[in-house]
Amino acid sequence: MTRGSQLRGRTAFVGAATFGCGEAPGYTSIELAAEAARLAIADAGLTASQIDGLFIALPTDFLSGLTIAEYLGIRPAMTNNSRTGGSAFLTHAEWAMLALDAGLIDHALICYGANQRTGAGKLVSAQMPSPFEIPYRPNNPAASYALAASRHMFQYGTTSEQLAAVAVAARQWANLNPEAFRRGPLSIDDVLSTRLVADPLHVADCCLVTDGAAAVVMTRADRARDLHKTPVALLGAASATWHHEIAQLADLTVSAAQESGRRAFAQAGFAPQDMDVVNLYDAFTINTIMFLEDLGFCAKGEGGPFVASGAISPEGSLPVNTNGGGLSFCHPGMYGLFTMVESIRQLRGEAGQRQIEGAKLALAHGNGGTLSSQATCIMGLLETV
Amino acid sequence: MTQAPPTKTYFDHLAEGRFMIQRSASTGEWVFYPRMSAPRTCATDLEWVAPTGLGTVYATTVKRMKPPAADVSIVIVELDEGPRLMTHVQAMPPDDVFIGMRVRARIADGPDSKIVVFEADSAE
Repeated sequence: MTRGSQLRGRTAFVGAATFGCGEAPGYTSIELAAEAARLAIADAGLTASQIDGLFIALPTDFLSGLTIAEYLGIRPAMTNNSRTGGSAFLTHAEWAMLALDAGLIDHALICYGANQRTGAGKLVSAQMPSPFEIPYRPNNPAASYALAASRHMFQYGTTSEQLAAVAVAARQWANLNPEAFRRGPLSIDDVLSTRLVADPLHVADCCLVTDGAAAVVMTRADRARDLHKTPVALLGAASATWHHEIAQLADLTVSAAQESGRRAFAQAGFAPQDMDVVNLYDAFTINTIMFLEDLGFCAKGEGGPFVASGAISPEGSLPVNTNGGGLSFCHPGMYGLFTMVESIRQLRGEAGQRQIEGAKLALAHGNGGTLSSQATCIMGLLETV
Repeated sequence: MTQAPPTKTYFDHLAEGRFMIQRSASTGEWVFYPRMSAPRTCATDLEWVAPTGLGTVYATTVKRMKPPAADVSIVIVELDEGPRLMTHVQAMPPDDVFIGMRVRARIADGPDSKIVVFEADSAE
């Protein structure tokens, strides 16, 4: 039996919410997270006291599980503030799936919030730099992703224009999402004319720094049917860690998404071509290209031409980052949870102008550190279980 | 055998003008960054050995600075012995550094300690 396949469809997402995406001046990060949590719990038709599994990771508050439990006035049986970077929330879904299926908890809340734009004014990371990187003062995270991009260009002939096509597609999707922070026209030339941060990455190749919060609620599939909204089954969840600092990754053009994706698809019993919607953590434009390759949506090295063909734009064959992604929707420091919320909204048919008609299966993928931690969730309507 | 503090030992060597990295006596594998035991094998027989100092640029970027500060080369160099490290290529415009370029190590002043940087290897 495929490892983990007994967990396929045993749990489901029954609540999802975002709050304060873009700018939410005056709010603390916990206030943002708490509001998203309240909205997600209400969306599920539950009350806070029914939450007995709590999952959260904030960049600055390393004991944020304790903070948010107190804030919401709940006494969870399981509190988890484990962190693998921006992928943490997809690994939380993996842990929640296990705990729910084992009967240790009945309702899991996964939440996040940060005020990095109006509060900190810059990206705040929990990543501890290596003593062997610090003396060289790389402008991380951009420098590490730029090094990966340089290698992708060298090995596969990927171009700056192809990288820019990722940002352009994200903006086209954002223009269909009223919640997106950056909207308006954006061309390849526009991207290339922004300031270089770390070659080959320009400002417009880098994710936004915004405020924002998100939350989801999970329960066992048998309970999910009785709740408010169309349940979204978790069909496969897998994660992988290959390194921490970028110099230690064996091949800078291949991430551990290759492994997390393979295991998640095997668990779910589906393949890349079955996915109707794909939401990837696009911290930088190179991420989208690498993850499309690593997750099997195109061959290694073909990501550049694939995105440049328009395949991932609203008119293309593969809807990718339909909310506008971290590049144009929002990026409050750790973005992983937003890939799950957007996947849920698409599968429920709640995505408004950007709705993919008849979407039944979605992939959410999170990235943490400097391409270091990769986590993949395959989600689907109950009819796909 | 438990290692002497590996990070401290590495920077102590540099302070005394030596670029030294670890190698496992039993497996022959070179190890960077310095560790308490070798990755994968957990071998503890790590010896400090001077590499040739020659290597090849594996990946490259330029950290763009606001003028008048100068742009900075940030690279990953693959040593001829195998390990890779983040470092700078100096003594040339950062824009001219390219993947595949042969480089030679030199010890330079870092922000708080001596560090290893690289320059184009003129012998090749």
